[in-house]
Amino acid sequence: MNNETSATQNGSTGNDSIIAIRNMHKWYGQFHALKDINLDVVRGEKIVICGPSGSGKSTMIRCINRLEEHQQGEIIVDGTELTNDLKNVEVVRREVGMVFQHFNLFPHLTVMENCTLAPIWVRKAPREEAETIAMEYLERVKIPDQAHKFPGQLSGGQQQRVAIARSLCMKPRVMLFDEPTSALDPEMIKEVLDVMVELATEGMTMLCVTHEMGFAKTVADRVIFMDGGEIIEENNPQEFFDNPQHDRTKLFLSQILNH
Amino acid sequence: MMNPPAYKPGEHPDLPPPRSTIGPIAWIRTNLLSSPTNIVLTVLSVWFLYELVPAALEWGFLDAAFTGENRDECREKAGGACWAFIGERFRLFTYGFYPIEERWRIDLTFVLLIVALMAVLWDQCPFRKQGLIFACVFPFVAGWLLLGGFGLTPVDTDEFGGFMLTLVIGVTGISFSLPIGIVLALGRQSHLPIVRVFSVSFIEFFRGVPLIALLFVASTMLNYFLPRGTSFDLLLRVLIMVTLFASAYMAEVIRGGLQALPRGQYEAADAMGLKYWTSMRLIILPQALKISIPGIVNTFIGLYKDTTLVIIIGLLDPLGVGRSSLSDTKWTGLANEMYLFVAIFFFLSCFGMSRYSLYLEKKLATGYER
Repeated sequence: MNNETSATQNGSTGNDSIIAIRNMHKWYGQFHALKDINLDVVRGEKIVICGPSGSGKSTMIRCINRLEEHQQGEIIVDGTELTNDLKNVEVVRREVGMVFQHFNLFPHLTVMENCTLAPIWVRKAPREEAETIAMEYLERVKIPDQAHKFPGQLSGGQQQRVAIARSLCMKPRVMLFDEPTSALDPEMIKEVLDVMVELATEGMTMLCVTHEMGFAKTVADRVIFMDGGEIIEENNPQEFFDNPQHDRTKLFLSQILNH
Repeated sequence: MMNPPAYKPGEHPDLPPPRSTIGPIAWIRTNLLSSPTNIVLTVLSVWFLYELVPAALEWGFLDAAFTGENRDECREKAGGACWAFIGERFRLFTYGFYPIEERWRIDLTFVLLIVALMAVLWDQCPFRKQGLIFACVFPFVAGWLLLGGFGLTPVDTDEFGGFMLTLVIGVTGISFSLPIGIVLALGRQSHLPIVRVFSVSFIEFFRGVPLIALLFVASTMLNYFLPRGTSFDLLLRVLIMVTLFASAYMAEVIRGGLQALPRGQYEAADAMGLKYWTSMRLIILPQALKISIPGIVNTFIGLYKDTTLVIIIGLLDPLGVGRSSLSDTKWTGLANEMYLFVAIFFFLSCFGMSRYSLYLEKKLATGYER
């Protein structure tokens, strides 16, 4: 059934496909980390990627903005193929926002400076314009009053919301989330998920590596299950959770849902 | 028997700490007399200070001679230090053999140096922008003032000496070794093999060779390597060697800072689409340099004190001036005074750098770091 789904995906590749990954492989030295990955993401689609640790899910989304290099196959993001050509990499990175597990805010810059840095230096926006946009997004993630603090003075949940705002300030076409809530205290997870849900309802194309299955059920158009560097199964959330096809998927779901 | 709770749950106010844990007596108790070992150490320290401080005061001030024509006159007046020696030689210590009628140029350079340093080091300095521009021009102005030419009487670098020579070598070395060190540290991390190999060989070579050897190379051997007839100034060669030597150390200190940064900082900068130099300038280096401040200042202080090694190749730094003064029959046998005086000068400069680095660390702290 895996072949079936990828076949239909490939068949429907039209102009509305914003990310296209074809027969992509990645190795770390001798270790075959990603095996024959095929994935098409349609504009506005929300995809949740789950799987046990070490299954390659983070590596896969990190390939999409070339924080990791793939060695075989092709990745095309919004019409630009990721190659060794730095120009292409820069073009893709400008259009793809990323939110990390550990926030990775710049601790020596204020929240506002964190948010305006890329618009000013990459998009060459005038400072005032960048600050207006930053303030807009900080309001959307509900922390405009923290704009002039340093990241170290904020809670984890607040830092992650700043990180989301920082990515949005570049007006990206795709947002990648790499376990955005895994480093947070339980009481802060919701405030970050709320922001992500809001973003999803506004039509952002999103790829989320996460273990938040509630989020997957409410927001995702498609859930992808990875294990051992392969995409084992993908389906809409209803089918994925109620009727998993593959044994490994069943095992994984039973482990994370029944406790 | 348990007392009934004084406050209802959730209504307990913040109370002041018990009296015995605050104030000077509590401080003495916790810091000086907290344990038997601590009490012994405190007593020993007090005894040590009691023995040392009065004797030092006696020798240095109370029983010291501040005036006198020569050593014997000093000795008649007092049994302690003979500061008259330092007083008479003070100008030589400061200016070396720089022509007397041109010494105002050194004074002016020094004042301009202070102005430039203020602009660079103090971020609330009035007219800072203009000051920073001036700081960029300063090296050329200083070179012109000290060396002469273009309307000023030329002065040969042989005549440089004393504290002025220390400052020339120290300030030049410090201001050039930092940028060169940064470039080398980045080069060592480069993905381009040629850049990396060059940086590594440079660093390992200059770090693996004693400074004295480099100074000898500068003073004698360089003539063999250079084309016949091109001889350039000895002081310039020393400046280059001292700078390259310090740069190698600096590069390693900064590499430590670069490696201490979490990888996420590099990744976040990359993911935003920042170009390499932009992300280095705005994200990586500000943080890496901040982490490296203690090591950087350590290298600066080491370099500054190493300037005294130039005595080996015949340049007259303060120690050289001092030793030549000691051979004057008027002042023989006053080595203590001379070395103490030079030591105080170096101590003040280095202590100043150390204090500034602490201030800088405090100023740059922005809450806890991951």
